[in-house]
Amino acid sequence: MARPLKVANASGFWGDQPEAAARLVARQPDLDFLTLDYLAEVSLSIMAINRAKDPAASYARDFLEVVHSLAKFWRDGGGTKIVTNAGGLDPLACGAAVRDELAKAGLAHLKVAVVTGDDVLSQLRAGADKFCNLETGAGLATVADRLVTANAYLGAKGIAVALQAGAHIVITGRVADPSLTVGPCCAHFGWAQADYDRLAGATVAGHLIECGTQACGGFSTDWLELPDAHDIGFPVAEISADGSCVLTKPPGTGGAVTVQTVKEQLLYEIGDPGNYLSPDATVSFLGLRVEQAGVDRVRVSGASGRPPPENYKVSATYRHGYKAHGVLTVFGEQAVAKARRAGEGILRRLIEGGCVYRETLVECLGTGASVGGIVRRVADGEQIETVLRVSVAADTPEPVKRFTREIAPLVTCGPQGVTGYASGRPKVMPVFGYWPCLISRAAVNPHWQFV
Amino acid sequence: MTTLHAIAFARSGDKGSSANIAVFARSPAAYAWLREHLTAAQVESWFQPLGTGPVVRYEVPNLEALNFVLPGVLAGGGSSSLRVDAQGKTLGQALLAMPVDHAPEFSRTATD
Repeated sequence: MARPLKVANASGFWGDQPEAAARLVARQPDLDFLTLDYLAEVSLSIMAINRAKDPAASYARDFLEVVHSLAKFWRDGGGTKIVTNAGGLDPLACGAAVRDELAKAGLAHLKVAVVTGDDVLSQLRAGADKFCNLETGAGLATVADRLVTANAYLGAKGIAVALQAGAHIVITGRVADPSLTVGPCCAHFGWAQADYDRLAGATVAGHLIECGTQACGGFSTDWLELPDAHDIGFPVAEISADGSCVLTKPPGTGGAVTVQTVKEQLLYEIGDPGNYLSPDATVSFLGLRVEQAGVDRVRVSGASGRPPPENYKVSATYRHGYKAHGVLTVFGEQAVAKARRAGEGILRRLIEGGCVYRETLVECLGTGASVGGIVRRVADGEQIETVLRVSVAADTPEPVKRFTREIAPLVTCGPQGVTGYASGRPKVMPVFGYWPCLISRAAVNPHWQFV
Repeated sequence: MTTLHAIAFARSGDKGSSANIAVFARSPAAYAWLREHLTAAQVESWFQPLGTGPVVRYEVPNLEALNFVLPGVLAGGGSSSLRVDAQGKTLGQALLAMPVDHAPEFSRTATD
């Protein structure tokens, strides 16, 4: 029987720890694969905006630094391969840049493959009447002229075929996050497309590691009790031929892999645990067994799979005006009342001066404001300090820009004890609406190639 | 004051404008209690000030867990929401802060 495949995750999102990949292979050089996830729901729209200023900014350029950081490991004979969605809006451009980086590092023999076909913007624009918002049921027509990106969540197939053809690095655009792990499993074990239970198991493994250290105690309820939380290990899934896995982390790292940390991550960002939808399989978590198999080793087995949905899920984004947040600290007697009055005063002056906002918000952090005040332990009048956070959103940039100039003046016209203004004026940020929908598999054409 | 935190752990996250909160019992006895008492209606009422839609509860007995989906609770979510927590990161802690004074027999040190 084929040996287990060791797949680690070295990036849970665009902006995660840049040294994670190099540290992983330094601590555990026998890893078969690193997966790196860069694409949250609206990441591609940020790339679209960056691309308008710089055509080379249409993918996660951070990944080039990761390639650079691994060059010595590979030159010294390290065999760990990479699967990543760093390609963003332009996987081919990312692939070409990676190939150049490898050539500069004396690694031109390493094959780079690219998976494309996820970009369905032209399909959505051409058939606006055919698409419905998955959350609201609304038609696409109301936002069609403001669409920025539309990408289907592709599955593991293109990744698997590229790996079987000898790719060392596979770069994709939008794929389902677990597919970054399912692809290497399919290539390694030679699973058939209808091996749904095994695909389900690998999907669970991929889901467990896709958020970086979150499987190893990061973001855990009992985080304060973790050992060495300054250096929580990135997760490693040792996946067996039957699709079950042992979740672990490299030796010498902090955090913990326990039944608790694994359970917490299993249900992270999940809807119906009996019907987890991925493009590779529909997965039920209801038969999963999660067992401690050793120190920092947790066995996860019992996933069951059925055929995947007929349609691909699409993550589309559209321009939705502008926003800004201003933040100041208020210290002293009745700090909360003072902060609230100051924040509401800024908005009043702007609105009386003709600014039109779609939405405004005044939050006094420290009073349970993160959850709308539903949990509070100290009466507002007894808080000696709060952080005032004022936000506005508008359809045009001008009223938002005027708002950004009203925060710092509170230092002289606001209550005594206002501070924390040293970081300058807030930034005017574009807002991207999230518009999820479905698209027929027949309308999407996944494709892979070497670059 | 005893809160859910004494008998459960949790994790929350976003999916567009919705959020999910998974609640895990710290012991089998705590799971039996949670399954009976921590209803969708109770969670919906707790998060009503944040504007949640009808809450759906899924039972996951093999993980001694309940998964709650809160539609629309993030006021647009992601890039659109103006809130300091646009992605529901805090909702797990907010639910664990719910008082459960009528379940004092389950201490944090309950064994599995």
